[in-house]
Amino acid sequence: MSDHTPNPPRAHEPMDAAGLADVAAVEVRGVDKYFETASGTVHALEAIDLNIVPGEFVSLIGPSGCGKSTLMRLIADLDTPSAGELTVFGKTATQARLDQDYGIAFQQAGLLPWRTVAANVALPLEIHGMASAARQSRVTELLEMVGLSEFADRFPDQLSGGMQQRVAIARSLAEQPRLLLMDEPFGALDEMTREKMQTDLVRIAADTGAAVIFVTHSIPEAVFLSDRVVVMSPRPGRISQIVPMRLGDAAGREDRTDELREASAFFAMVTEVREALHGGAADLLGAESRISRGAETR
Amino acid sequence: MSTRTAPNSVVGAGSGSGAKRTKTWSPRTESTLRIVAPISFGLIVLGVWQFLVSVVGVDEYLLPSPASIIEELVQFWSSVVSATILTGTNSLLGLLVGSLIGIAFAALAARWRIADQMSAPIVAALAVVPIVALAPVLNSMFGADSQFGRQAIAAIASFVPIFINTLRGFRQTKPVHRDLMKAYAANSGQMLRRLTLPTARPFILTGIRIASSLAVISALVAEYFGGPRGGLGSLIATSAASSAYARAWAYVVASIALGLLFYLATLALERLVLRRVPTGGSR
Repeated sequence: MSDHTPNPPRAHEPMDAAGLADVAAVEVRGVDKYFETASGTVHALEAIDLNIVPGEFVSLIGPSGCGKSTLMRLIADLDTPSAGELTVFGKTATQARLDQDYGIAFQQAGLLPWRTVAANVALPLEIHGMASAARQSRVTELLEMVGLSEFADRFPDQLSGGMQQRVAIARSLAEQPRLLLMDEPFGALDEMTREKMQTDLVRIAADTGAAVIFVTHSIPEAVFLSDRVVVMSPRPGRISQIVPMRLGDAAGREDRTDELREASAFFAMVTEVREALHGGAADLLGAESRISRGAETR
Repeated sequence: MSTRTAPNSVVGAGSGSGAKRTKTWSPRTESTLRIVAPISFGLIVLGVWQFLVSVVGVDEYLLPSPASIIEELVQFWSSVVSATILTGTNSLLGLLVGSLIGIAFAALAARWRIADQMSAPIVAALAVVPIVALAPVLNSMFGADSQFGRQAIAAIASFVPIFINTLRGFRQTKPVHRDLMKAYAANSGQMLRRLTLPTARPFILTGIRIASSLAVISALVAEYFGGPRGGLGSLIATSAASSAYARAWAYVVASIALGLLFYLATLALERLVLRRVPTGGSR
């Protein structure tokens, strides 16, 4: 499989800074992951190779149990690989975590219920010792970005699920990370909110120029957001295909508007990803039909 | 709270028990009744008690009448007040020290599994140590004129529920929050201050509320077993020993008031601290 995307990352990306162009945002080489459980060893990931360049938006898609979340957790250093090599901006995953090179958002917003919206967004800044005044102005800026300025003093349980998720995304962007890891962040949202959040995320990714690794099991979501879609298959989890998104005129971040959702190039890519999923999981009819159903409704 | 139904006309004193169940009361009436009902019930009990002693003729020696108890309370007021302050101070110090040690040990037990395994049997043992046995030992250890033994007993009694509740609270942190703190490379101090302690806060406060009554009872009972005179416990004992039962009862009334004060104070603390914190977690 190809390590480099045929779709070059966005042209406005400042790739020349400090020679970062040569260093991959994430480089995964021959990674395996086993989990020891009560019922024996589970082979969660097998021989994963993946290269992600700075500024690139990559989605990991596949049926439940294909290890897409596990792969993201390995990159985040929340788990460690059983074998193989994994670097983030040329460092070990642990060093990248300690250096705060990535921002992260999960399927659950994971806001601290005793903190206000503003205090939740400020949490990483507070932990890393940013001065109070700078922190406040950064939080104001972030809440503006996700359109929640009026809700700064509310508590999480006074917000809808979509708003909570936006707070979580603002929090993940707090330290202007060059890499954003997102594990099904819109998984629990209704369709309307979900599309709105996708459009917002495309805009935010364009504004910040961060590379994004986005775990999802929605095909249209992956197509709409990504430069490349990594299709995974389960038992053991492995990459079955990497599909570059050829969206014609709409390949640039700024062009990914709601009109794209109705463009023929979009549907062509949805079909391609879906076929890649079916091919990769032909032995898993249950998972397959679930995915195709999902593709129709999303 | 169950829905209480009764006619909305009467909030009259003492009529709560005979109410017919037809209509829901307004919240205002409901909250007034919540205060009025127990007070009127208490007054009825006191009335029956007084009636038993002065009309039916139960011996004052066996059961002093409320009137004579109040008389003693008024007569020995300054002694009652100073005794209450003394016992109250011992209880408060014990509660504070017990809380601090309980929370600190729970933090250790939550952090290191070995500490938990080591402390579990000790805590279980502490929970059943009889004050009868401990008080004389501590009194002779720290001298007959020291309050320290009583304070230590109150501390030990408060330690147990606070430790158990806090440890449970420390284990309530959600995986997503722990992942988040790890992703932020938070050190263990930051983790404790920003995640573990706030998560455990309602549990800690419940522990303190339970411990507050225990601290008062233990400090009071410890006074029965030697040490300096002057606390409520020792005055109850000496009054009873000199057959001044009404006076003994007056000190008992003061003890009840002290216990209630501790309970209400910790309840208020719990309400105050948790008021701003929404109970529903974030999704």
